[in-house]
Amino acid sequence: MTLTDPVNSAKNDPAHTGGKLKLVSHVNAINWNKIQDDKDLEVWNRLVNNFWLPEKVPLSNDIQSWNTLTAEEQTLTMRVFTGLTLLDTIQGTVGAVSLIPDSITPHEEAVYTNIAFMESVHAKSYSSIFSTLCSTKDIDDAFRWSVENENLQKKAAIVMEYYRGDSALKRKVASTLLESFLFYSGFYLPMYWSSRAKLTNTADLIRLIIRDEAVHGYYIGYKFQKGLEQVSQAERDDLKDYTFSLLYELYDNEVQYTQDLYDGVGLTEDVKKFLHYNANKALMNLGYEPMFPKTVTDVNPAILSALSPNADENHDFFSGSGSSYVIGKAVVTEDEDWDF
Amino acid sequence: MTNLVYFSSVSGNTQRFIEKLGRSATRIPLYAREQQLHVDEPYVLVLPTYGGGDGKGAVPKQVIRFLNDPENRSYIRGVISAGNTNFGTAFGLAGDVIAAKCHVPHLYRFEVFGTPDDVRAVNDGLDAFWLQQAQRQTQPHLTA
Repeated sequence: MTLTDPVNSAKNDPAHTGGKLKLVSHVNAINWNKIQDDKDLEVWNRLVNNFWLPEKVPLSNDIQSWNTLTAEEQTLTMRVFTGLTLLDTIQGTVGAVSLIPDSITPHEEAVYTNIAFMESVHAKSYSSIFSTLCSTKDIDDAFRWSVENENLQKKAAIVMEYYRGDSALKRKVASTLLESFLFYSGFYLPMYWSSRAKLTNTADLIRLIIRDEAVHGYYIGYKFQKGLEQVSQAERDDLKDYTFSLLYELYDNEVQYTQDLYDGVGLTEDVKKFLHYNANKALMNLGYEPMFPKTVTDVNPAILSALSPNADENHDFFSGSGSSYVIGKAVVTEDEDWDF
Repeated sequence: MTNLVYFSSVSGNTQRFIEKLGRSATRIPLYAREQQLHVDEPYVLVLPTYGGGDGKGAVPKQVIRFLNDPENRSYIRGVISAGNTNFGTAFGLAGDVIAAKCHVPHLYRFEVFGTPDDVRAVNDGLDAFWLQQAQRQTQPHLTA
């Protein structure tokens, strides 16, 4: 790489494309001993406890597994990861940062700086995967593909437009949809490999990213709902319309992007269910009722259990098929037992 | 016999699920300065999972305080947990912890504030569960 590399130039980075970022106009020393919103401290602690770095994951154990993939599967995997890299770069360099000036409390500002940094860790972790598994030429090809793929670039452009816009609440909608929806066409693939006992260490790393994104989506969605409480009913209605039309716009594009990636391996329909399932969760993070009915959110159980081993129906006592509940031996519990 | 006891943080997701169920329910107070909740009849506990990392701190401290009261603890019959599958093995972990400690079934897990299907499944499930509990009560109690 040189400083003038056209693909990797900082000038192409989201932060450099168009206008100056708005900054907070006035800052007071942050007092963490005086919390206005308990959620700020709770989420800060959660994010700090969840902190991780890609160097902790033994990715090199996946080299053998990587070599069992066909050339097409390898290309698909690299493209998926460059797509995710782009989203994480946007979220780290622009998205989370753009939310700072809209903060209601100083602690909220601090939480966004944490989110921004973790997004940069996520973006970097894909490069760790690449450098462990792939050749430089293949890496360069995949990054070039990410620049040239229309649907990926459109996805980035749509979100960027709202980050640059002048509505604080719309920025939060765009951000939550990115964190809780747009990543999942990509996250599907490592879960798929993991369900087939392939690239399992890579999947472990991706699960750490998935966990972080859930906290980010939850928090930004929560702040959106707090913001809604401050505006008129007309504005609330407008924001609801806006949220659903943005979701439709992103969804249409996401379906095309999914086809670009997964048609070749025949997984498009399976990925779409995962998209619907996550779109519902994105809406719920924003406080809206889920939009996609059960008939199209029935995610492949293998994918769901790669995501969470607790999510299958064996864990549903009510369904009658529950096998996880075994009546425990009656033990007298002492008060000390409850100091957990 | 359709009682629910629940905890919901200021984000209100669990409360929203409770409202959608439309069953009688009592909220565990959010702040220590509020009066402690004391129950004197059987209930199913509904609570969110905190943390999401190593499993520490999965059960909100308000719920721990509530269950530290031996009488409150004696009336728990089951637990339902909220969470997010994104947390992997920690999805609904608070429910697992309480089920293991209190020897009651972990009845159901839902995400965020639950889908309409979750609401239906839990309402049907609770109806059947309480019926079963009532039938059990007419028989000699084995563990009491």
